[in-house]
Amino acid sequence: MNCATQSQRLTHPMYTLSVYSGYMFGGMAVPLTLLGLLERQPSHGYELKRAYDNYFGRDKPLPFGQVYATLGRLARDGKVTAEAEPGAGPDRKRYAITELGAREFDAWLATPIEPAPHLQTVLFAKVVLALMLGRSAETYLDTQRSAHLQRMHELTDLKRAGSLLDALLADHGLFHLEADIRWIDVTSARLKALAEMVRTS
Amino acid sequence: MTSATKSQLPGSRSYLINARDVHMSFGQTAALTGATLAAARGEIVAVMGPSGSGKSTLLHCLAGIFTPDSGEIWFDGQRLDSLSDTRRTELRRTAFGFVFQFGQLVPELTVSDNIALPLLLGRAGRKAAYARAEAWLPRLGIEGLGRRRTGELSGGQAQRVALARALVAQPKVLFADEPTGSLDTLTGEMVMELLVSTAREESATVIVVTHDARVAAYADRQVLVRDGKVIDHAGIAAEVAQ
Repeated sequence: MNCATQSQRLTHPMYTLSVYSGYMFGGMAVPLTLLGLLERQPSHGYELKRAYDNYFGRDKPLPFGQVYATLGRLARDGKVTAEAEPGAGPDRKRYAITELGAREFDAWLATPIEPAPHLQTVLFAKVVLALMLGRSAETYLDTQRSAHLQRMHELTDLKRAGSLLDALLADHGLFHLEADIRWIDVTSARLKALAEMVRTS
Repeated sequence: MTSATKSQLPGSRSYLINARDVHMSFGQTAALTGATLAAARGEIVAVMGPSGSGKSTLLHCLAGIFTPDSGEIWFDGQRLDSLSDTRRTELRRTAFGFVFQFGQLVPELTVSDNIALPLLLGRAGRKAAYARAEAWLPRLGIEGLGRRRTGELSGGQAQRVALARALVAQPKVLFADEPTGSLDTLTGEMVMELLVSTAREESATVIVVTHDARVAAYADRQVLVRDGKVIDHAGIAAEVAQ
């Protein structure tokens, strides 16, 4: 692979850790996360933002506006209390979780998320279509395996050079890519039978 | 990625090790059917493939353990497959290091004995051999284990000893066959991290055979052995990029 191509891949937005943090935390409810952080100790808004960004928003920090808007809604719904702290500057509020908020957070924490089906729909569709159209499904699978291995190599480099949190994020991507590769390998081994089935159905 | 190009000659010194159109059968079973693979100096290459694909046979041919039925194996500018058994044995002791799935340590010996073994077999002085062996213990995080028998080691410790034994004689090529195959995920990761970092420090070329994509991801380049032939993933990626 030439250097330009490798560089393009490394800088492509699809290949950054933010993709994985976005994937992992994108669907995570900010209000419930803030409740969880408040369960540790009462905090100011900026402390909550700092903790959130450190653990969950490393490549996509939470805007201050969203922090305070969320805390406002939680206070309105009785899930947190906001105590003003008068000082030399503008009034600051210290937020604390209420019993209602703690119950909601506990229920969220205890409920498993629905496992996503993670069916390899695009990969599967390409393989079946290639077989239907008499194209080389094996070449496609080899190409896909190559792309996956390239990404895994980049994530392994990031993991080796980064912090423990970076390593955890990279691991998440690596395990998913590994699962794809296992599917690619098994499908490669079954191509003859699959081609026969596609031809006769 | 390697800077090696297809235009280089089989015996070129740009490739440290190079297999060309290698065929090898065991009875009626063809293990390699025209396998071609080259690795540059200092390059780490992962050889992947399903069980029975021929990847371990290829490693054994590259290391001069097997003599192929046809084809050529070049190492450092010389034909390896046409050397005498004695000369190949000497090369395996002086220029190659080996790490296998289960360590393959000598159980009757201590950790230090095992690491010093390649040097002692090479007729190095006993004192110098043990000094070099002992120096590897802290490098691999196994200081304090030198007097232990290998049966007292965990799987991860045993593989670190195997790695030290493989590298103590400063080989030009390190061959690793499923080096993490018997380890859990985190221990395997630690062994691969040490294998890659120490091989780089020693400027050794690494050929690692694995069916594990996470292990292969540590390599500079990955190739797949299928039906006895080598498919180069870097070549595939380059074609797609073009």
